Amino acid sequence: MMAKNENKTHSPLFHIVKREPLPWYSALGVRASAIILALLLSAVVITILTQKNPIEIYKAMFEGAFGSTDRIWNLLQQLAMLLCVSLAVTPAFKMKFWNIGAEGQVLVGGLATVSVMMFLGDKMPLPVLLIVMIGASVLAGIIWALLPAVSKALWNTNETLFTLMMNYIAIQLVAFFLKKFVKSGSGVLTPMPEYGLPIINEMPYLLNIIVVAVLTIMVYIYLKYSKQGYEISVVGESENTAKYIGINVKKVIIRTLVISGALCGIAGLLLVGGTNHTISTTTAGGRGFTAIMVSWLAKFNPIVMILTSFLIIFLERGAEQVSSQFRLPSAISDIITGIILFFIIGCEFFLQYKIVFSKHRKENE
Amino acid sequence: MLTFLVSAIRLGMTFLLGSTGETITEKSGHLNLGTPGVMCVGASCGCFAEYLYFSSVGVFNINPVLAVIIPIIATFLGSALMGVIFCFLTVTLRANQNVTGLALTTFGVGVSDYMIAEATTIFSKGSKYFTAHLPIADNLGWFGEIFLSHGILIYLAIIIALLSSFVLNKTKVGLQLRAVGENPATADAAGISVSKYRYAATCIGCGISGLGGLSFIMDYLNGNWEYCIDAIGWLAIALVIFTVWKPNFAIIGSIIFGALYIVSTYIQGFSTEAKEIFKMLPYIVTVVVLLFTSIREKKKNQPPQSLGLNYFREER
Repeated sequence: MMAKNENKTHSPLFHIVKREPLPWYSALGVRASAIILALLLSAVVITILTQKNPIEIYKAMFEGAFGSTDRIWNLLQQLAMLLCVSLAVTPAFKMKFWNIGAEGQVLVGGLATVSVMMFLGDKMPLPVLLIVMIGASVLAGIIWALLPAVSKALWNTNETLFTLMMNYIAIQLVAFFLKKFVKSGSGVLTPMPEYGLPIINEMPYLLNIIVVAVLTIMVYIYLKYSKQGYEISVVGESENTAKYIGINVKKVIIRTLVISGALCGIAGLLLVGGTNHTISTTTAGGRGFTAIMVSWLAKFNPIVMILTSFLIIFLERGAEQVSSQFRLPSAISDIITGIILFFIIGCEFFLQYKIVFSKHRKENE
Repeated sequence: MLTFLVSAIRLGMTFLLGSTGETITEKSGHLNLGTPGVMCVGASCGCFAEYLYFSSVGVFNINPVLAVIIPIIATFLGSALMGVIFCFLTVTLRANQNVTGLALTTFGVGVSDYMIAEATTIFSKGSKYFTAHLPIADNLGWFGEIFLSHGILIYLAIIIALLSSFVLNKTKVGLQLRAVGENPATADAAGISVSKYRYAATCIGCGISGLGGLSFIMDYLNGNWEYCIDAIGWLAIALVIFTVWKPNFAIIGSIIFGALYIVSTYIQGFSTEAKEIFKMLPYIVTVVVLLFTSIREKKKNQPPQSLGLNYFREER
């Protein structure tokens, strides 16, 4: 055995080395080429599935996203909502607390809003109502996030699984609410725009967009420049280090999740109070999950998250246009989004590591 | 009552396949949130293979054995391919597992929705072969109804669950796999290839989960595929927790889940809103189990210690 091994020194073909952070332009280049590769692969898939010219399809996507003023407003609104949820999950992720329950937290926030609209709408003046709505939605979001946070802090319960389950409890809660309180029994609640958030300048989405823009800056500053933001990153990097330097980890976990939940509650408020004026089980619309990818792809940087959420929304809006224009199932957008996500996720590796091919194979010859 | 129990078993076995696959995956330390997507893709591949087979030989020359085996193999391979994507991104390219899993779900749901919208959704011709059961079952009363009246996938589910339970707990391979999931650094030091085990466990696990998707379409729905089945995938993940990572517990657990899921349609006198509360039960029960196991800190019932964490030798 031994003699055999001595003759044959094991030399791998290549090995992987961590590299220095790339300058921003080459990092951007790697990401851009990943997206281009993904689009090429998607083009092949589209052609196989539909026998249509993929360039036509991409053109239609662009059209669908930017084709008219209405579409641009729509794009911005969708962008703002996704961004809001992404902002909400980011502080928790930075702490390596995998809150995948944003979907449920947004939904209970929306449910709180809609309950206030329904039961208190005609009982108090609008300004008071708005304050109650904000309070209720934020509180609901916090409660939904706090349950997993407290059990994580006290008993180290797996937060990924806990928050995941809370989503479905929230969805069933909304289903229950709709069956119980919609008088017609259809389970569809008629919109109540009269109790909605105020509309600025007859532009229905403007308020949402402004609120989210302000929140983006606030979260950015909070994470980057505040002491609490610093504590979050220390806990995320190493819980033990945090303990040594005297950070109360449990307190940080709970405090951060309160913020996370509150932001989700606000997202629910904006979706119900500012956009739909009603609720359904799909009001959160998968944003809670998409937000995770948005936040992670942006490396938890709120400003970069504007770009990543734009990418996702662009794909969604564009694909909607494609499906209506070419009479394709709208599912094709999910397929393309999935492929592009695979590529972006994969390309992160090449930003952090480089592959070094071994030289001494040649030397041996 | 009897039909209720039989339906609960049929639905439960779908969950059982999904959760057995996910258990094997999680035992290797991979938290695959792509399971709903994997089940969607699995079902799509199986149904598509069935469709291809039927259209290639013609309706009159169908061999019942092939009509069952071809979709099963196609499903397994298609879902295992999803596992390969997951592993390539998380093991080889070191990406985050949660993010990769969710991307997998997005992709898988897209594939199956496309399938529903574009292809023929009625696979009842194929389903006939999956729900075929032994003729003696009809003569044995309630016993036959409960134990013998099922299609092949139901029995396959139980066999797979028992087999995985045996492999995980009683064999060397299972021991090494669990070592990889609990503490990959130690496993690596002991000469176990962490990457190989994770690749293998995840691909096999995904293949099995995918069969769950096929079972839901072909057996439980009798081939009438009209809506997306991702909810089934999330319940399968919940079931993994509910059964504290033990496939043999999952046989009973899955029937309980199946029963909870459909009980509201079988019991008279419930209002529609109460039915929604009933559908909440599997998730609440799961949360309670999750809380309970973490509070009691009993070693045997914990999630694998490095669940959701990637392992890089250099970063030890």
